[in-house]
Amino acid sequence: MTIAHGEFPVHGRSINHDAPLEYSLEEGALRIFGFWLFLATDLVLFACLFATYVVLHGAAAGGPTEAQLFDVPGFTAETLILLTSSFTGGLGTYAMHNGSRRGLITWMIITVLLGLSFIGLEVKEFVTYATHGAPLQRSAFLSAFFTLVGTHGCHVSLGILWMLSIIYQLARRGITPITARKVFIVGLYWHFLDIVWVFIFTVVYLNGVMS
Amino acid sequence: MSTFLPHFPATFIVTGDPLIYGAEVSIVLATVGILFVLTYFKKWRWLWREWLTTVDHKKISVMYLIAALLMFFRGGVDAMLMRTQLIRPNMSFLQAEHYNQIFTTHGTIMILFMAMPFIFAMFNIAVPLQIGARDVAFPYLNAVSFWLFFFAALLFNLSFVVGGSPDAGWVSYPPLAGLEFDRGPGENFYLLSLQITGIGSIATGINFMATILKMRAPGMTLMRMPLFSWSVLASSILIIFAFPALTVALALLLIDRLAGAHFFTMFQGGNPMMYINLFWIWGHPEVYIVILPAFGIFSEVVSTFSGKRIFGYSSMVASLMTISVISYVLWVHHFFTMGAGPGVNSFFAVATMCVGIPTGVKVFNWLFTMYRGRIRLTVPMLWAIAFIPIFAIGGATGVMLAAAPADYQYHNSFFLIAHFHQVLIGGTVFGMLAGMYYWWPKMFGYMLNERLGRWAFWLFNSGFYVTFFPQYLLGLMGMTRRMYTYPANMGWNTLNFISTMGAYVMGIGFIVLVMDVVYSIRFGERDVTGDPWNGRTLEWSLPSPAPHYNFARIPTVTSRDAWWTSKQERSRSDAPRKLEPLQPIHMPKSSGRPFIMSAIFFIGGFGLVFNWYALGFLALLGVLVSMLLRSLEYDTDYYVPVEEIEQTEAALGRA
Repeated sequence: MTIAHGEFPVHGRSINHDAPLEYSLEEGALRIFGFWLFLATDLVLFACLFATYVVLHGAAAGGPTEAQLFDVPGFTAETLILLTSSFTGGLGTYAMHNGSRRGLITWMIITVLLGLSFIGLEVKEFVTYATHGAPLQRSAFLSAFFTLVGTHGCHVSLGILWMLSIIYQLARRGITPITARKVFIVGLYWHFLDIVWVFIFTVVYLNGVMS
Repeated sequence: MSTFLPHFPATFIVTGDPLIYGAEVSIVLATVGILFVLTYFKKWRWLWREWLTTVDHKKISVMYLIAALLMFFRGGVDAMLMRTQLIRPNMSFLQAEHYNQIFTTHGTIMILFMAMPFIFAMFNIAVPLQIGARDVAFPYLNAVSFWLFFFAALLFNLSFVVGGSPDAGWVSYPPLAGLEFDRGPGENFYLLSLQITGIGSIATGINFMATILKMRAPGMTLMRMPLFSWSVLASSILIIFAFPALTVALALLLIDRLAGAHFFTMFQGGNPMMYINLFWIWGHPEVYIVILPAFGIFSEVVSTFSGKRIFGYSSMVASLMTISVISYVLWVHHFFTMGAGPGVNSFFAVATMCVGIPTGVKVFNWLFTMYRGRIRLTVPMLWAIAFIPIFAIGGATGVMLAAAPADYQYHNSFFLIAHFHQVLIGGTVFGMLAGMYYWWPKMFGYMLNERLGRWAFWLFNSGFYVTFFPQYLLGLMGMTRRMYTYPANMGWNTLNFISTMGAYVMGIGFIVLVMDVVYSIRFGERDVTGDPWNGRTLEWSLPSPAPHYNFARIPTVTSRDAWWTSKQERSRSDAPRKLEPLQPIHMPKSSGRPFIMSAIFFIGGFGLVFNWYALGFLALLGVLVSMLLRSLEYDTDYYVPVEEIEQTEAALGRA
């Protein structure tokens, strides 16, 4: 499939053979750049949600507070799992650069499994809160908490579906400039979510249990 | 089932007002008429192949322009209705409730469904051609952006006849817009349609930033780029960093309304002021998003029709970039009266006054470009010249409003209304109309009629002064915005009467503008040269309209005003130009998926408006499946063979 792209210059310019595979087509480099811009928009989105949380986190309105709710072993486990998944995702990209399809797919599957366990723990946390007198509707603090952490969780869930689709494409087509670009972009997305989680860990959970 | 099946009482289809009955009948008639014409002339296939599935930036530009003009009409009718209601004291032409809906839809439509598509029409037609690119960076995404906007506009306008229009103002502040004070589906229509069009706008911002930074022709360094493209870059940066704040503001209010959360309610610790902050963190940059491209157009127009290169190019670039940075730290000036305290208010007041400096630099540069130029008073140039006094006055009243202590007097009065119409109409609308007249031959291959264009200009421009100058005085006399009528003994009668007369003149000006378009479709002068204005930038080096691949050979740029320079060089030497051999051109394939995916967004949005979660969930699934199918699609582009390029170029009279 990629040969067709290689025959002629794309957009009237030549192909860069020295660049890493995902950057080798001009189209690939362009899309990776575009995705960085998308991440900038997503960053602003999370910044607004964080700002809202910071404004509202004290407004428990007589209901459960952060210190009463947050469970240290639970969110520590979530954090460790997600950080590890970012590492395994990175190992996948490393395998890709070594041209190992099997290694890449294996590391991506491990990343997906870690992502799923993170989501599992988060859903369990949410259900526990909601069934123990702390649903979204209880107070402004809980509205902000569920929305901020839930938006991150939705992003992770979408990332899992996305990676499954790419694993399927890798299995069918192997490592090409196009699939390599897709792996690279979903990797950027995944690492970005990791960084957002680091902020959730500090701003929401650590601050919460210390308040 | 009670949540899934709607209650079908009389509230589903809006009833009870003769104006709305009239609108309902005309919507049905127009729809039947369009369907009949398409079927009778067997145009369905043509519509699908040429327009609904296109990813060509030039066609997308045409569709944006048509949509913007239609929405301009709709928003304009709202304005006429409001001014008619205010023509005399104690009028009962509109009821209070209906008036609330109309000022809400007027504002929302004019900003998000008129100004935004209008600037996007200009982005799309000019940017790739000016920088020597074959399309935008992401043509498929460009089509997605357009169709999201289109279906969002449809959803918003549907509220008029189905369920009821939003009525909490275009800013939709809670708690007024919250569930406890506004139960109807109108607010949901507002929130969901803005959310959908907002996604499209963010994608457009990303698209054009990538296009401008990565797809310029060889030799076109940033400092050789035409100023319109610079203004689009500045505007795209603002879109990227401002629109997500709107997404969050709308989403949180929607969660309040649909899921019973307490972000902005008056209970359980909610904080309505947080919404106002988030809204204006987007809302203030938004006015610069729509004004900066207009500045870019004025730069192109003034330079072309003065026959001179622009004065102070570098300072123009610097001021565009300065404005785009400063505009992020102005948002609190929309609510000085909220009581943020003297420290905060002072900071935002001073910042607001500072933004006048780079704007002033630009105005002087336009004036110096005209100074000793060979000025041609074409219609685009008329709009550009008329912009300068209007914007100067609008800027001066803006500085008055920026003085925080004095703002306690002006706030939410007609003084404010006059101010922002002055900058938004005088800036954005004049700019877009200048751009429309300027690039119309490039879009359609024929010129708009200058005579009718002059009539439209003079009516609209003089109507503008008559409409808005009395409103400054009314504001100083204490008339507040959003009041649906007023008693007779306030001393406001004459000024309101004059203002309404001015609005009618502007309305007539718009009708003449439409007549110009219709007349020129039939009788407009063909543009056979591709360069009807003796232009300076690369888009004028191409035939009008440009072939679908734009440039048969990507030009190499050696200076600013690249086309002007190459015309000068050609007139100096007779040596035949050496042409590089043609190469196959890589182009994206058309796709119906942007249209279908956006239609699914529309269906889901409609479902959520009425709390039909099942429909919303199905639509979410549909969107995910569309995205998956796109990801699995590898056959997305093709090559235009050399023979086809040769034939096309020969047919256009170009060797």
